[in-house]
Amino acid sequence: MRVYEVLFIVAPNVEESDVDNLVTQLSDVATNQGAQIAKIDRMGRRRLAYPIGKFTEGYYVVFTLEGTGAEIAELERRMRVTDAVIRYITIRIDEDLKRAEKFRVRRVARAAASAGSRRNRRREPALPITEDVDDDDEEDEI
Amino acid sequence: MSSEPRDRDRRDDRRDDRGGRQGGQGGGRRFIRARKSCRFCADKVDYIDYKDGRLLGSYIPERGKILPRRISGTCAPHQRMLATAIKRARNCAILPFTLD
Repeated sequence: MRVYEVLFIVAPNVEESDVDNLVTQLSDVATNQGAQIAKIDRMGRRRLAYPIGKFTEGYYVVFTLEGTGAEIAELERRMRVTDAVIRYITIRIDEDLKRAEKFRVRRVARAAASAGSRRNRRREPALPITEDVDDDDEEDEI
Repeated sequence: MSSEPRDRDRRDDRRDDRGGRQGGQGGGRRFIRARKSCRFCADKVDYIDYKDGRLLGSYIPERGKILPRRISGTCAPHQRMLATAIKRARNCAILPFTLD
């Protein structure tokens, strides 16, 4: 399964309730095609960096969904024919996320290795860190 | 033909490195030393989000171009991520294509 991020911009002259309808409508399209919506993020109304059509503002909505790719075609087709959507962009993020995860794991492993070689009285690198944080907080309170 | 500009670039870099010696005879060439460390490495960033307009905005100078890494000091992997993110952000009107 692939993870996609579908961002679309709704025209600013659309009512808030109509935006809600549009969001549920589009998410239904995706789920009907077999995608699983992981997250719907409404970034809200923001200024556009350049005018799109005659609009200088837009309502940003981001779907994070998991699917095979077929849903994206249908979703994009729907957005293309919907006048309220003035711009959309789909980005496949699973590979980026996997890469980020790999870096993170590697960094944690390296930190653990260096912590282990530096001091061999402790085995878990996570514990001393949390203790340090707690100590700091107490000092701040006092 | 194609090697000429690259050659010149390299010479510029070298001049940068030994600022003091050639600065005197250049006459008025100023060196603004940018911080030469990758901010994303320092912050341990693994993925640069294209929706973060404020972060990306600090890497586009007044013309709206992508700030080259010889100036920002960003490392190559992070510069690649940054460039992709900026291009994506331009497509969805978070960043401008041009500024005048």
